[in-house]
Amino acid sequence: MLPTPSTDHVNFERIYEPAEDSYLLLDTLSSESEKGFLHERFDATEDARGNSPSPLVLEIGTGSGVVISFLHANSEVIFGRADVLTAGLDINSYACEATEKTVDVAEKIQAQDGKSHGFYLGNTLGDLCSALRPGMVDVLIFNPPYVPTPSLPVLPNFEQRAGELSYEDESHLLALSYAGGADGMETTDRLLDALPEVLGDDRGCAYVLLCAQNKPEKVKERIRKWGSGWHVETVGTSGKKGGWEKLQIIRIWRSIPHNTNNEEP
Amino acid sequence: MKVLTLNFLTCAVKACKSTSTSFPLHPKDCEMVSDTIEPNPKLLYNILPRVNWTALLTTVAELGFPELPPNPPTIEELQADEKMTQELHTLLLETQISEGCLVCGNCGHAYAIKEGIANFLLPNHLV
Repeated sequence: MLPTPSTDHVNFERIYEPAEDSYLLLDTLSSESEKGFLHERFDATEDARGNSPSPLVLEIGTGSGVVISFLHANSEVIFGRADVLTAGLDINSYACEATEKTVDVAEKIQAQDGKSHGFYLGNTLGDLCSALRPGMVDVLIFNPPYVPTPSLPVLPNFEQRAGELSYEDESHLLALSYAGGADGMETTDRLLDALPEVLGDDRGCAYVLLCAQNKPEKVKERIRKWGSGWHVETVGTSGKKGGWEKLQIIRIWRSIPHNTNNEEP
Repeated sequence: MKVLTLNFLTCAVKACKSTSTSFPLHPKDCEMVSDTIEPNPKLLYNILPRVNWTALLTTVAELGFPELPPNPPTIEELQADEKMTQELHTLLLETQISEGCLVCGNCGHAYAIKEGIANFLLPNHLV
């Protein structure tokens, strides 16, 4: 098993603490089946000289940074290549800072052990895909605020507050990380709507975490209606536990164009 | 944030996305820091095919970096040109923007960068 990155430096009063959902993402992304899928999709020996464009791996809602730093540190194992560009985005500025530190720590440990890691571009403060150019992302990871709640917390003001945070401020930042509004899907719906534009035409894919109350079968049905090139499959579950927060990870991807003719005569 | 990030970002204002002037964003009053990164030609070669070169030329000129050739170099050209390889290594892999802002050429909104993190959250009147 690949080591879980350290998040000892993270202040969990204002940043989501890695939990069952985070670990399900780590387990799923490093499973034999997903490694197989990603290795094939991002085969670094695409041309005769072993060159193919570096994939861009973006996590939205990095929180502590445990997931993106895991992918970053283990990019050679997971993607079959170390020339992977990694980046993160969060709506909580403290989470952005924490993620940069988490990546840095994970990267240093890899370097100490003489092992490779990806190339981290940095974290950006923002709202989902709003500042992304179309077609840039090859692998998008999203562990959404998925808990059904009566309403969504107000998005933070763009002005960064200075100084001490009150208990209410910190609760609000945490609420942004879990409160999902109706069916826990209000934020995930916005992300899904943006995916066809944001993902790269030829290699783009996304991993999105859902809980049972998000009505995953309905979500998948909806994605299948995007068109013939699109696929979706459940690739990881927290099956054992049951209960109201049963989790799963869906993988959403497009057929690579040169294969499309073979699949759909 | 690495300079290369500018190649992947655009203005967060919806109405700006379809305009050609919203990309690339224009760095303004930027402070730069440089990481030391071991030479990594493989990474450089595989980054180049996905760089929007025209946008990079604009960014490079605005940040005051040495001028790049008008077209992206091929791997063979890079292998034969140590100086250009070094310059691209410094620019794309080592250089970070730590403070300053990124300005949209269409709406003029300035996205602040503080401690290396750019803030793309919009004020209410632009959402």
